Amino acid sequence: MPGPIQSIERAAAALRLLAAAPEGLGVVELGTALTLAKTTAHGILRTLVDVGFVEQAEDGRYRVSEDLADLGRPRIDANDLRAQAVNWADSLASRTGESVRLAVLAEGRALVVHHVFRPDDSRQELAVGTSLPAHACALGKVLLAWSVGGRRGARLPALTQRTVVDPAVLRRTLAAVREQGWALDVEELLAGTASIAAPVRDRGGLVVGAIGIDGESERLVDTRGRPRAGLVPAVRQAARSVSRGLGARGA
Amino acid sequence: MATELQDGERPEHRGYVAAVDQGTTSTRCILFDHSGRLVAIAQREHRQHYPRPGWVEHDAAEIWRNVARLVPQAMAQVDAEPGDVVAIGIANQRETVVAWDRHTGVPVGHAVVWQDTRTADLVDALAADGGTHRFAEACGLPLTTYFAAPRMRWLLDEVPGLRRRAEAGDVLFGTIDSWLVWNLTGGPDGGTHVTDVTNASRTMLMDLRTLDYSPQMLEEFGIPRACLPEIRSSSEVYGTARTVVPGARIGAALGDQQAALFGQTCFSPGEAKCTYGTGGFLLMNTGTEITRSSHGLLTTVAHRIGDEPPAYALEGSIAVTGSLVQWLRDNLGLISTAPEIETLARTVPDNGGCYFVPAFSGLFAPHWRSEARGLIVGLTSFVTKGHIARAALEATAWQTREVVEAMDADSGLRLASLRVDGGMTSNNLLMQTVADVLDAPVVRPMVSETVSLGAAYAAGLAVGFWPDTQALRRRWHRAAQWDPTMDPATRASGWKDWQQAVQRTFGWIRH
Repeated sequence: MPGPIQSIERAAAALRLLAAAPEGLGVVELGTALTLAKTTAHGILRTLVDVGFVEQAEDGRYRVSEDLADLGRPRIDANDLRAQAVNWADSLASRTGESVRLAVLAEGRALVVHHVFRPDDSRQELAVGTSLPAHACALGKVLLAWSVGGRRGARLPALTQRTVVDPAVLRRTLAAVREQGWALDVEELLAGTASIAAPVRDRGGLVVGAIGIDGESERLVDTRGRPRAGLVPAVRQAARSVSRGLGARGA
Repeated sequence: MATELQDGERPEHRGYVAAVDQGTTSTRCILFDHSGRLVAIAQREHRQHYPRPGWVEHDAAEIWRNVARLVPQAMAQVDAEPGDVVAIGIANQRETVVAWDRHTGVPVGHAVVWQDTRTADLVDALAADGGTHRFAEACGLPLTTYFAAPRMRWLLDEVPGLRRRAEAGDVLFGTIDSWLVWNLTGGPDGGTHVTDVTNASRTMLMDLRTLDYSPQMLEEFGIPRACLPEIRSSSEVYGTARTVVPGARIGAALGDQQAALFGQTCFSPGEAKCTYGTGGFLLMNTGTEITRSSHGLLTTVAHRIGDEPPAYALEGSIAVTGSLVQWLRDNLGLISTAPEIETLARTVPDNGGCYFVPAFSGLFAPHWRSEARGLIVGLTSFVTKGHIARAALEATAWQTREVVEAMDADSGLRLASLRVDGGMTSNNLLMQTVADVLDAPVVRPMVSETVSLGAAYAAGLAVGFWPDTQALRRRWHRAAQWDPTMDPATRASGWKDWQQAVQRTFGWIRH
């Protein structure tokens, strides 16, 4: 087993010093305190700034960033996410004629935080607050595909005959989702229903949610189970627009 | 043309209507396509100036710069060229007054905003001779600091030399719609000086029956006709833009709340909507007849399309709704973003006996108590910030009920369901609470940006992009619905508590 990694130890020591200095520290002060050369101290600080744990103020001094304090918290409040997504969710429903849902990952499931009715003025129930088994719907697959440390080896219950229940198959599916940038479910959650979803990213590029459409499988996919023309681009465009509102670069 | 024709799209259906929503805190430009879908949005906040307590001002030049910047930004999102913009529609914050030099286009000082209460003494003096309702017959409005005419009078009295320049026609007055249309159509170089019936109906200067300036009101307020814009329909081509989107026709202007009523396609008598923004605004279309209120509502113009007869509306305004959430964020620091109010409120199952009446600058409809001030009552050691958050959201719901009851009483109709829009409709807890306290379904349409949509619809109608209001109605779809689930006993006792809390705000400011 290798010994402790020196640069990580130094970074940790730098963070402790910075956290204890509300006024912030300069490169020289930090170098002196840790008995490091100025260039080494500078390199550590620049790296910590790059990963977002440290900020450099206008006066040139370094402080720990708010991101560091928020490490354990969700990156964005679900109600904030909905507020950002409302306009684009409406447009997506209007463009595709299908109902739209926005979901976040909560306890391994896809928690619906926003729902737009299918625009046919039929009687529909608001699904906000319901949570869906992540492995069986497009929203959930998107969320799992980009989640870190997802629950390995968890049992995958079958909801229909088509639900993916083999963890190895799911792993391959999620890799394909990451590759193509969107996810599909054809009657894996509910017989006769299909769904398509794409990732919503925050300003740091992290996937914080998924937005997608769901509806009768006949309307969403062709006889060979492929999404009908125009639907995937519409979903991905909505996801990009929401991401842009959250400050995602290149979205 | 940058827009490509898609399969099945007809050439006359391509292009976009650009809506400019010039609001109290920000300006937005939204592009809508022929299906009424939002395709691009650009937004920018402008500075609020508070030079003295009770004074609220905007820099009209900054607002115009923002409009000039935002429209091309929105167009760039869909690679639209000026030729792709079939019409421009304007929706604007109402009752805010701008005065500017006709020869240079430079505003005379800052615009005086609708929230500004500097005219309180002036209004009291005018009301001393016949009461606050002495002009209601002509203009449908009570004498308060809320409307535009007292602000115009204040500027004419207080700015040295302004009256002389206004009488000579060297200085122009208007609401924000007039300022934007004048600048878009060339400004000092032949700009068109107009306003629409909905904006004019908020000045106190227009006679609701003739839709023209009332000579009596002009005289009462001492405002020279020469400086005022011509009153036109809400949906008609006022002119062609010579800048920003050169060649685009300007097809509509409406006050923002009337624009939202239009965007919700409330074209028939009895149809109503409530917009939840900084404040809350419930408007009901009352048809071509003028309906007077005996329950504290305002009579106003809903819209006028071309040469058709005007549609009138009853309006109930709630001064503080979304701004209460902002206050919890900015003044108390309970939350870091407005939507987080819902997260905080959901940490508790009910209000814990706590009620919050946000009478920050008095109460609007149906009370109209300028001397009332806000309070939080029912505090015990049990109450947490979660209860306060819940009480704040419930305040919006209870105030909605007050206005709905006044509306029912005046119109003789019972509102079967409430159409809602505006930023706060993304708050599910609030919408459920509104449904619960009204005991009626609350319905959100597919486009929640109804202010912009209404301006776009009216402008598109004016240029023939859409044939008629029926075609617009077909574009309205239900996006969400909240049904009441509260048991009647809880509703009744909450309503009683709320009314008791409201009573306690009265008479706080002693004259």
